[in-house]
Amino acid sequence: MSVVERIGRAPLLRRLSQGLLLFSLPFFLLVACLGSTPTEPSTPAISITNVGSDTMVNLVLAWAEAYHELHPEVSISVTGGGSGTGIAALINGSTDIANASREMKEEEFLQAQERGIEPVEHVVALDAIAVVVNPNNPIDQLSIPQLSDLFTGRITNWQDVGGEDRPVVLASRESNSGTYVYFLEQVVRRGDPQNHELFSPEALLLPSSEIIGLEVSQNPNAIGYDGLGYVTPHQKTVKVGLDETGPFYPPGIDTVKDGTYPIARPLYMYTRGEPTGAIKEYLDWIVSDDGQRIVAELGFVPLSGS
Amino acid sequence: MPIPEVPKDVDWREFFVEQLIRLMGVSAIALVLVMFLFLVREGVPSLVEVPLSNLLGQRWYPTFEIYGLMPLILGSLLVTVGAIAISLPLGVATAIFIGEIAPSWVREILKPSVEVIAGIPSVVIGFIGIQLVSPLVRQFSGAPTGLTALTGVLLLAYMALPTIISIAEDALDAVPDSYRHAAFALSATEWQTVWRVVLPAARPGIVTAVMLGVGRAIGETMTVMMVAGNAARMPLGLDAFLRPVRTMTATIAAEMGEVARGSTHYHVLFVVGLALFIITFLINLAAALTIFRQQRGGGGRFLA
Repeated sequence: MSVVERIGRAPLLRRLSQGLLLFSLPFFLLVACLGSTPTEPSTPAISITNVGSDTMVNLVLAWAEAYHELHPEVSISVTGGGSGTGIAALINGSTDIANASREMKEEEFLQAQERGIEPVEHVVALDAIAVVVNPNNPIDQLSIPQLSDLFTGRITNWQDVGGEDRPVVLASRESNSGTYVYFLEQVVRRGDPQNHELFSPEALLLPSSEIIGLEVSQNPNAIGYDGLGYVTPHQKTVKVGLDETGPFYPPGIDTVKDGTYPIARPLYMYTRGEPTGAIKEYLDWIVSDDGQRIVAELGFVPLSGS
Repeated sequence: MPIPEVPKDVDWREFFVEQLIRLMGVSAIALVLVMFLFLVREGVPSLVEVPLSNLLGQRWYPTFEIYGLMPLILGSLLVTVGAIAISLPLGVATAIFIGEIAPSWVREILKPSVEVIAGIPSVVIGFIGIQLVSPLVRQFSGAPTGLTALTGVLLLAYMALPTIISIAEDALDAVPDSYRHAAFALSATEWQTVWRVVLPAARPGIVTAVMLGVGRAIGETMTVMMVAGNAARMPLGLDAFLRPVRTMTATIAAEMGEVARGSTHYHVLFVVGLALFIITFLINLAAALTIFRQQRGGGGRFLA
């Protein structure tokens, strides 16, 4: 995998910050070594690799940093690339933990088992998928059937859903995104497993959340979807209802927790077999109150138990 | 005068260096061959797994085993042809200005500056494209979105320009001054000299420049992926430039990371790579043939 391809799939800004983190790590280590007493070396003894969902990458980075402060002996490396990328890495044996914003598919389970890996699923947080439009778009609410009509290309003008006379531009994630798969199944196909509709071929497939955000904030014709944690003030979230008659709910921590916001989903981490040792301790800490506090800080929804 | 005898040890060194260079040359060719064989090995299983009618279809939906390659191939060709249509006249004109018209001190500044453009990383150009070019394209063309083939074409043209200018200028530079002097002696104007004498004589070199520009445009990944919208629609009809487009390179870059090794999707991505390899190979072959003809023909008289 060349550098260009990796950059291609990961969100630019996040990738840059990760790069900086990586490059600055030796300096931090050096400073840490100089600062501490020279008799005890402070090199981390345990390292955990963590690859996958771009939706989760900021959250997982925040967890990794906080956990590293608590347990300096454990260093956790975090890479994005998409849920599919993370699961593929788990199956290929190149990561300890795969982050995924969707459940593993049947065929992915089978591929893993062929390689003697038994993936174990852990729910680590909840996420609302926000439907976003340009702030100048007068549309405030949309139903799931309307969203399905928009994203399959049956409706191509905002007029048909009560908006201005403008063409609709669909901004979607690439197909390796867990958010893409979730949105396809739950919104485009309205949760019906017999439904085999697809995204319109006109839909823009954009390589990162940031680029979706840019397009939506610049283009008054655009509609996109993304994890709630990625919505900026330059985009407008739309209230979503199950059908035309409503009621319509805005995405948020409370509407996800009480189950009224219709497009919310769990976020997962997958391990190879039941986790043991340092990986188990890390996952236990993530679902603890301390770990879940970070979830809320980053705009995701904490698990209801905590 | 007798040729001085080469001392024995120099002879031996000569042999050694010769063999080393031969080895390097052969291994470069061998590497390309191995790459090609690898692409074939990884790609061919998909021809068994996926019916040809699917591969030649018009929709690309790999998540649901719809592997129509046509939108990708046409998408790559559309942005490449568009980019060359802009950068060829612009690049050759710039090369003529730098090589034939500008005073030598201007030339000393311009040529390196042009070559600096070639060094701008494609991510940076893509970023400028999203922030600057794409909103402008949307506002001026009236297209629904600024992430269109045209945006990709403009940026690719910009990226192909330094290659075209630099090599075309080298080609103009290689035309012997005696040609120009002869033209002036026949009382040709400066423009007539450039247009009727120098340019035809440099034509094979200019063709090579354009071929390499094509290679640059068709192989570019990051910029196109960021600005062209990546919608795998068939880019047919007059408005194709004002609609999003998905290229072969962007498809490979976006999807290679997600596929499990050995799956059908993985094999099909190698077929996409194979198609790209064959297209760029043909372009390079055409460029090589042009150079070959130039050497054999002695100047551009046969082609002009």
